[in-house]
Amino acid sequence: MAIINNDKYTQRINWHLSKYPDKRSAVMPLLYIAQEEYGWVSPEGINEVAQLCDMDPTQVKSIAGFYTMYSEKPKGKYWLQVCNDLACALRGADEFHHDLLHHLGIEEGGTTDDGLFTVEHVMCLAACDKAPMLQCNFHFMENLDMAKMKAWIEEKRAELEKENS
Amino acid sequence: MTNPIILLRGQEVPNIHQYDVYVQHGGYQGLKKALGMSPDEVINEVKNSGLRGRGGAGFPAGVKWSFIPKNEPVKYVTVNADESETGTFKDRLIMETNPHQLIEGALICAYAIQAKAVYIYLRGEFWDVAHQLDQCIEDARKDGWVGKNIGGGNFSCEVYTHLGAGAYICGEESALLNSLEGKLGQPRVRPPFPAQKGGGLYGEPTVVNNVETIANVPWIMVNGAAEYKKIGTEQSAGTKLYCVSGHVKKPGVYELPFTATFRELLYDICGGPSVEGRNFKALLPSGGSGPIVHLNDQVLDTRMSYEDTAKIGTIIGSASLIVMDDSVDITWVASKVTKFFKHESCGKCTPCREGTYWLDKVIDRILAGEGRPEDVKLIENVAKNMAGITLCALGEFAANPIIHTIKNFPDDFNQHVAKKAETKPVPAKKLAAAGD
Repeated sequence: MAIINNDKYTQRINWHLSKYPDKRSAVMPLLYIAQEEYGWVSPEGINEVAQLCDMDPTQVKSIAGFYTMYSEKPKGKYWLQVCNDLACALRGADEFHHDLLHHLGIEEGGTTDDGLFTVEHVMCLAACDKAPMLQCNFHFMENLDMAKMKAWIEEKRAELEKENS
Repeated sequence: MTNPIILLRGQEVPNIHQYDVYVQHGGYQGLKKALGMSPDEVINEVKNSGLRGRGGAGFPAGVKWSFIPKNEPVKYVTVNADESETGTFKDRLIMETNPHQLIEGALICAYAIQAKAVYIYLRGEFWDVAHQLDQCIEDARKDGWVGKNIGGGNFSCEVYTHLGAGAYICGEESALLNSLEGKLGQPRVRPPFPAQKGGGLYGEPTVVNNVETIANVPWIMVNGAAEYKKIGTEQSAGTKLYCVSGHVKKPGVYELPFTATFRELLYDICGGPSVEGRNFKALLPSGGSGPIVHLNDQVLDTRMSYEDTAKIGTIIGSASLIVMDDSVDITWVASKVTKFFKHESCGKCTPCREGTYWLDKVIDRILAGEGRPEDVKLIENVAKNMAGITLCALGEFAANPIIHTIKNFPDDFNQHVAKKAETKPVPAKKLAAAGD
């Protein structure tokens, strides 16, 4: 596993490096690629991005740590970031967040034992008129309620079971 | 009279996001017209239109463009699509539904200042939006609107997207530039300002404009500054996208001229309070950072312009209206907004980093019913000592909700410290669990 000399990523990496007059600017898009490969911004990923951007690994690590969308530890297959900021909370997002954690039997920031779901609360995701809502692996799920979530969770669990059988 | 539609134009056309459809409906004619004018003429047209920045500050766009020195060989345009203010979701709508008007507007701006490239900085959560924009840029390139010799002339310019990764502060223009350069997204000391040599992207003179600002530009080019100036008020030309969230029947994004009042928007369009029997209590007209007001008749009859909202002690800013009915405890609102700014403080300036931390702690204590009567004065004091002494406006944004909630809704705070609070929308225990 690597992102350097990996056919899956070469074209995208070169494209990002070509977008800017300074390689360092590609650090953010390349960190996303490292996260895609390793599931989180692992030390290997940090070192590879540093090499590609002519940066020190410590500098790359500081960038990864500054932003919330780079994960510094492995997450579940579905990383659910629930917005419970003011506008969403006025439409029941706090209760939704609480009930979702309770339903999955995890604490805030935790991952289910089967490795499927991680739940975290986040700040405003710019979808305030469609609350409760969440971001699942960078894609929005909107106008939610617990009935919809329970059905969706069951679907994902069934998919996992099918894969394992 | 029907309201003029500028920013949401073409929304009724199926697939307006596709290049061919956009072109069939007059797309890229604004850019074509601009390319036939001199760059200075384009800047003057935008200046004369009275277009003001829609990101919140309301700075005249054409004036900003005119600050760019002409003799510098390398210049940039960056479009601020970081849209992260609590309650704001208008730029996303423009980019999702009619992305080419943004690309066209950005290229007109780039031509006006003779920029080498445009970088559209999107918040990381706009992952799908950015990928759609990338496709749109490639489609426009095929017809010669992006890249070398645009429209067959001498002007060349590249357009790129850049995804952030979850940091509100990157919507602050100098932090955005740092982030784009691959550095920590923290604000810079100014001067030099982005428009000046040494202050912009890679040290080159740079225009930073919000998505909504730029999306106005093709319309202005096609219809002329005079037509644009006819819409809106004396000091607020054109239309605005108003984002409405919270306790209304029909939340969403609505385009209205600046002459419209809060009453027209919140009652006629959004249908009034969402729960029967409840009344409106409070309004944050500009997301978490703007001053909160009582949602009374005086406010309802105010026009939603820059100058009219100033008269009632608030701002229209990015026009992110968060509406609260009389079930809401304003102390809880102060807590929510403070948690937001505590999380989003970049940590560079001490008053903001430490101030938001302590504000959050004390408000939590008040909400838990363990506050002392003097705690209300204490948080007000902390907030006042943060405002205006940080590198960027976040210090002030974080102070605003405290200062104005206490000023306008003192009873909501006093009921907690007097230990007689009875109604809370969310139990304190649950709030603590949701905090970080």
